[in-house]
Amino acid sequence: MQDFLDIFDIYLLEAVLNGILLGGVLALLALGLNLVFGVIDVIWICYAELIMIGMYAMFYLVSGFGVSYWFAAPLCILLVAGLGAVLHLLVIAPLLSAPPINQLLATGGVLFFLQSFATVAFGIDFRNIGIQLPVLGIGEMHFSYARLLAFIAALVGMVAVYVFMKKSYVGTAIRAIAQDRHIMVLMGVDTRRVYLITSALGGALAGLAACLLVLLYDVHPFIGLSIGPITFLICVLGGLGNFIGGFVAAFVFAEIISLGGLFSDLEWGYVLAFGFFILMMFVRPRGLLARRS
Amino acid sequence: MNARYGAWLALAAVLLVALPLVHRDPYHLHIMVLILIWSFAYTSWSMMGRFGLTSLGHGGFMGVGAYVTALLWNHLGVSPWLGIPIALVCAGALALIVAYPCFRFRITGHYFALVTLALSGIVLQVITASRDYTGGSLGYTPEAATGSKLLALQSSDKTVWYFGALAVWVAGLLIWFLVDRSMMRHAMEAISEDEDAAAAAGVNVTSEKLKITVLSALMTALAGAVYCQYQMFISPDTVSGIAVSLQMVFAAVVGGLYVALGPTVGAVITILLAEVLRVGFGTRAVGWDNLIYGVLLVAFIIFLPKGILGSLLERVRVRR
Repeated sequence: MQDFLDIFDIYLLEAVLNGILLGGVLALLALGLNLVFGVIDVIWICYAELIMIGMYAMFYLVSGFGVSYWFAAPLCILLVAGLGAVLHLLVIAPLLSAPPINQLLATGGVLFFLQSFATVAFGIDFRNIGIQLPVLGIGEMHFSYARLLAFIAALVGMVAVYVFMKKSYVGTAIRAIAQDRHIMVLMGVDTRRVYLITSALGGALAGLAACLLVLLYDVHPFIGLSIGPITFLICVLGGLGNFIGGFVAAFVFAEIISLGGLFSDLEWGYVLAFGFFILMMFVRPRGLLARRS
Repeated sequence: MNARYGAWLALAAVLLVALPLVHRDPYHLHIMVLILIWSFAYTSWSMMGRFGLTSLGHGGFMGVGAYVTALLWNHLGVSPWLGIPIALVCAGALALIVAYPCFRFRITGHYFALVTLALSGIVLQVITASRDYTGGSLGYTPEAATGSKLLALQSSDKTVWYFGALAVWVAGLLIWFLVDRSMMRHAMEAISEDEDAAAAAGVNVTSEKLKITVLSALMTALAGAVYCQYQMFISPDTVSGIAVSLQMVFAAVVGGLYVALGPTVGAVITILLAEVLRVGFGTRAVGWDNLIYGVLLVAFIIFLPKGILGSLLERVRVRR
């Protein structure tokens, strides 16, 4: 083991591995957004704000009411799933036949709303859930235990969604609608119900992400602005609605951020990642894994 | 109709010019200046927004306009008279670099919105990351002029700024009308309906879209520079980033992005709402203005997608 480690610069290896862990979390973030886009053809610009609300729910449940983390997590997922369904019913459903850009802008309004709601209701302080997980040391490298947990949970969540989509009847209907939304109505599929289920599922994934992110970061009303853009970029980089593409893109992005952060500030890691994104849009406008047309 | 229209226009012009000479309350003038500058910015966004090019990158252009001007002044002592044109060139170049491939490769709709979103994200991160020069997220202040104030384009007199902002705003409206009467408008309308059909009819889709995008970016950067010179303080959150981009979209949609004065109406509504809440409720009102914006934005897009002024004008026209 030690010989193997000696080949690499230890910090480089640590950055690469941390990038992989970060990639797992980013992949989970992208999954929910991709699901909603693939099926309903709508981009939730306020997706990260749903996560923020979930993080606040976790914070208040765990530190406020003393609920155990493992009991609070399902509650949080349920809550955000409900929010996703409500978002669909109130905002997206009336706009389904409007130009797609209007749906995007309307969820932009929801972004404003949720952000200010959090400011008004919870204040602008940074809040920490107060669960300190140990740091894992392998050789001379250090990994946050929370990140490892997040990575594993993200993988489990993704596999669960995959199985649901492949094996269950509703999952099959969802995939069918994603392929052709007009013909499925003629096949007797209730699109409204499928849309609602998909929205709830997208919300549930945001809720799961919230449970994990609350271990990694302090929550504040504007956290959505820092995790939102990167999630969208990953989805676009992977090809909107393309689950596997989003998965790959998440790891590519995470590595760029992690390695960029190794050589310079973390912000420059982000700048690099964003620049890479714009570059890739021109090389592969329909996503990393898309076939060239 | 035309004579009456001209009379109204003249009356409005006289009122707007006479206002600061009659009413000298500095607070009210300050609000007016802000409304004029932001109206200009929102008008710039609508220049392309009205043709279905929904950009979320305008926060980036505004940030470039403001920061390049201020950085040139502080570090190299370049007068804003020269610095603003340089900043505009930078913003225009940025718009070209991002928009040309977008249009060339037919990146439209959602994808265009998200690519431009990345652009405003980049500008925000670059400003924050190069904190040694830009002050990072703490903000940045152009140094007060030691010599000629005119050369530094600085003034503490609100009346001067009122006329400056008024001129910029009127220029924005003039550009709007010029575009409105040009072939460009017909070409862009055809493109927003159906790109393939427009191309088949002989419209150079890429170049027409590029022209309007660069024009819009230049205007937005100018708005950023003027805002910086007026406020003498800029921070990444007030002149760049996604929040600012969304703020532009919001005001334009609420006012009505298909009519010339729509963005102005949007600016009046948003700024007055924020000020009324701030004055009425003080610090307790933090966040409430955005809360109301959010609900309004959703409601407007669902029930009144043409905006307040757009819907009003349509109603007037139907009645005739």
